[in-house]
Amino acid sequence: MWTWFHRLGSPPHVYRIAARLTPWLAWPAAALIVIALYGGLVMAPADAQQGEGFRMLYVHAPSAWMSMFIYGNMAIAAAVGLIWRIKVAHAVAAASAPVGAWFTFAALATGSLWGKPMWGTWWVWDARLTSELILLFLYLGYMALRTSIEEPQRADRASAVLAVVGVVNLPIIHYSVYWWNTLHQGATITKLDKPSISGDMLWPLLVMIAGFTVYYAAVLCVRVRAEVIRRERNASWLREELAT
Amino acid sequence: MNVQTFLHMGGYGMYLWPAFCLTLFVLLFNIWSARRALKEARAAATRRLQMEDNRS
Repeated sequence: MWTWFHRLGSPPHVYRIAARLTPWLAWPAAALIVIALYGGLVMAPADAQQGEGFRMLYVHAPSAWMSMFIYGNMAIAAAVGLIWRIKVAHAVAAASAPVGAWFTFAALATGSLWGKPMWGTWWVWDARLTSELILLFLYLGYMALRTSIEEPQRADRASAVLAVVGVVNLPIIHYSVYWWNTLHQGATITKLDKPSISGDMLWPLLVMIAGFTVYYAAVLCVRVRAEVIRRERNASWLREELAT
Repeated sequence: MNVQTFLHMGGYGMYLWPAFCLTLFVLLFNIWSARRALKEARAAATRRLQMEDNRS
């Protein structure tokens, strides 16, 4: 167990594992997303209230889920990097940020496209939308802070503190629909009791969420390799790796 | 169901399709950008190692 944990902190080991894992994650992710698209666009029946418009759920909710899941992942990696000074953990955090920022953007944009026909407006300053926008700014701030500090070790530490502090925003986003009066509808599946959605509408959503999550893992594998290389100075394994 | 009613999506097509296309774009863009980041990091590391070799 400890040797496994130890190897997880070793850059060459992580680099090689990530390279080997990428295709095993990428293709299942693509398959899951295609199945979910078919299920969501063709097989699921129209909603009683929102008609065909509810199908926005299949891109909006998974994007929103990813925006928060990736942030949580990034903050945990950053905290691990801060506490145990593990370079690879910082690499995971840094590699997650751009992907998370893009999913946050997708959640906001698809939400806007859903809001227009259902609420009659592209945007309102309500609690859910505003806290999600703050999440986007947290990602952008994290990335801006990283690029503004030349030395990688200092950039890692400073940005990790920001990532960890920003975690307070995650429960605010999740509970915003309960704490404040908002236009945004309540949770569909993350409630503790039975999900408020029928089975043939639910499965494409779950498959899409799984697909997006595996997709993130695949992209993370590629990005982590780039981040590991940036942090390695004149290591013999890197010479070997680059020679091939 | 014919193609036209499918694309029309009960009048929501003009909102749904841009949203699905945008999400697809985000997915594809992130693959491209991750691969480019790896390529650039490898190129930069190769240059760095070569410079060190030349100096010694």
